[in-house]
Amino acid sequence: MSDISAPLPRPHPLGYETIRFYGIWIAAAVVLVALPRIFSSGAALTTFSLIGISIIFAMSYNILLGQTGMLSFGHAVYYGLGGFLAIHGMNMLAASKAWIPLPLVPLIGGVAGLTFALLLGWVSTRRSGTVFAMISLGVAELVASSALILRSFFGGEAGITTNRTQLLHIFGWSFGPQIQIYYMVAGWTLLAVIAMYALTRTPWGRMCNAVRDNPERVQFVGYDPHVIRYMAFCFAGFFAGIAGGLSAINFEIANAAYLGAAQSGTALFAAYIGGIGFFIGPIVGAIFVTYLSLVLSDLTSVWQLYFGLIFICVVVFAPGGVAGLLMKHRPVVRAGMLLSLLKAYLVALVPTAAMLAGLVLGIEIIVRHTVNATEGPNINVFGIGLNSTNPTVWLLSVGLAVAGYALGRRTWAYVARAWDHAATIAREKGYLA
Amino acid sequence: MFELIIISTLNGVLFGMLLFLMASGLTVIFSMLGVLNFAHSSFYMLGAFFGFQLSRWVGFWPALVIGPALAGLLGAAVERFGLRNAHKNGHVAELLFTFGLAFAIEEVVQMIWGKSPVDYRVPVALDFPAFTVFSTNYPAYKMFMLVVSVAIFAVLLISVKRTRVGLIVQAALTHPHMVGHLGHNVGRIFMLVFGFGTALAAVAGVIAGPALITQSNMASLFGPILFVVVVVGGLGSLPGAFIASLLIGLLQTFAVSINGSLASVLGPLGPDHAFLSDIWNVTVAQIAPILPYVLMVLILIFRPMGLLGTRET
Repeated sequence: MSDISAPLPRPHPLGYETIRFYGIWIAAAVVLVALPRIFSSGAALTTFSLIGISIIFAMSYNILLGQTGMLSFGHAVYYGLGGFLAIHGMNMLAASKAWIPLPLVPLIGGVAGLTFALLLGWVSTRRSGTVFAMISLGVAELVASSALILRSFFGGEAGITTNRTQLLHIFGWSFGPQIQIYYMVAGWTLLAVIAMYALTRTPWGRMCNAVRDNPERVQFVGYDPHVIRYMAFCFAGFFAGIAGGLSAINFEIANAAYLGAAQSGTALFAAYIGGIGFFIGPIVGAIFVTYLSLVLSDLTSVWQLYFGLIFICVVVFAPGGVAGLLMKHRPVVRAGMLLSLLKAYLVALVPTAAMLAGLVLGIEIIVRHTVNATEGPNINVFGIGLNSTNPTVWLLSVGLAVAGYALGRRTWAYVARAWDHAATIAREKGYLA
Repeated sequence: MFELIIISTLNGVLFGMLLFLMASGLTVIFSMLGVLNFAHSSFYMLGAFFGFQLSRWVGFWPALVIGPALAGLLGAAVERFGLRNAHKNGHVAELLFTFGLAFAIEEVVQMIWGKSPVDYRVPVALDFPAFTVFSTNYPAYKMFMLVVSVAIFAVLLISVKRTRVGLIVQAALTHPHMVGHLGHNVGRIFMLVFGFGTALAAVAGVIAGPALITQSNMASLFGPILFVVVVVGGLGSLPGAFIASLLIGLLQTFAVSINGSLASVLGPLGPDHAFLSDIWNVTVAQIAPILPYVLMVLILIFRPMGLLGTRET
């Protein structure tokens, strides 16, 4: 990317490279097929389906944010409209007994997302950056508010429902059981991810990165950044529509929440927490965010607060996301400095964990005293039952947080020194530029 | 009809001035720091909840001062300890930081005050009708809101145009480096401006709380409209933000009071199709919430720099 004169890699590298290139996708397919055999419970299958949908949605979002540098707050518009069109499509197909099976329905969602992206994208993508962010938010509000007005199409507050088993059955699959839905979602996820990966390898995909990094120079080489952004917007809308269609099939319902700001926020959270600078970032993020939201919402009533705080921490301390953090260690690992770094991490882990535990305990105590006051004084934090009216518990919370912070500060400086040292050695050995 | 026009104009100007109290802070923060403060309307919400809680403890009038001051301090702390750290990762990171902050503030408010509306009442001293237009009583509290917001607007205008502090702020908007070379602490100016802007939003919250509904979703209701104001007025233009605030305030208030629909104008020509008849039968009052966004899209198509903006958006 940085060096234009470097020879492009051959389209079909031979030998080891070929195996590695196709091997990853084949391995992914094998894992997807094998997963339900290992975790066969209904809850696991539902979780996997949700993760798959979330992966497509987050990756489609990353076409905008990570690859083209457009921060969108309204990506759920295309997800939601894809979902609604898919529901209407399913109802029509079931009514007309058409020869179209369920696995093709997400395409309806995709085409719907694409169509609306084509319509709304040209105005939205005129500028990138903050302006684009505001416009995307405004358009999202426009569509979300309109959805509540146009009741016959969007079904008002209740939404519209469908029955996925009424469509044409192929190979005797009715798509009633979750396992069949899982396989369909897995198939679409793999297809969509491969397609999106292929897009990043096209000249257009490279131009997207160029538009992100330096739109002015893109104009000098004869491209119109607006057109490239518009195309990126349309592709993103298409894949978001597929995700929306899959979601509509999974839940058999679509309502106005599909189009809302919260749904757009999920895509943003998943993509950014995972890491927008790497292709696998949004995949990691989607898995992490979906799993975490399922687990946390079981444990605590204020899970969204923790979520927001995690997001803020990622933005401030690890702008590369989880994938960025991991990839940062690659040169260090290759230089053989990981062990000394791990030692520093372990030292810092103890006070930091104590601080976080103190904060979490404090939040849980407050929640029990305000919103959930009716549930009695006993709270369960990290599996330990505590009495939230007990002053000792309050002191414990404050003490952990303060002492953890005071000690943690020293260890963080120690980690920073260890990192600098490791990076210096990696640089000397030529692994780090 | 005449009565409706007078009442709607008053309400519209009032809503517009409230919007401007927030949009002015947002615009100045955007011009100076280059960051769009997503959490701006969250500080408006914090203002309303602080006002509610403080008026229970110490009464409404002290709350009107202490609430915004607290929110302003919080805002300054956010700039100093949060935004400045995010700044080194670029503008997108800053925007995302404020986005995450807005999310977190909403959750914290829900955690402390719950999800349902709180009982934030108009102070007794102002709970009487100010005057009667034809048969409608106009509440004194609304007049009070209007007076407060106009007064703040006037003070703001004078202090930006006529005082030394205002001069430095204006200079820091366009030439932060030069202002730094002249010996001013630009970082501190940014922090103060951020704190002051959030305090203004909190004033709007404290005085709007009793008149509107004080609830944990009030930030997310107001936030997008604020951005519309900023885009329509022109990015970074204070007079533009003023005009756009009034425009949107009047537009929405008048739309809410009109009950007509295409069906009531054109009558029996209505289409049979369900989807079209939805559009046919929707009243102007029902589409009032989406009108600001329609206006924004139109502005973006026909005048991308906004009403008074100089930069193309």
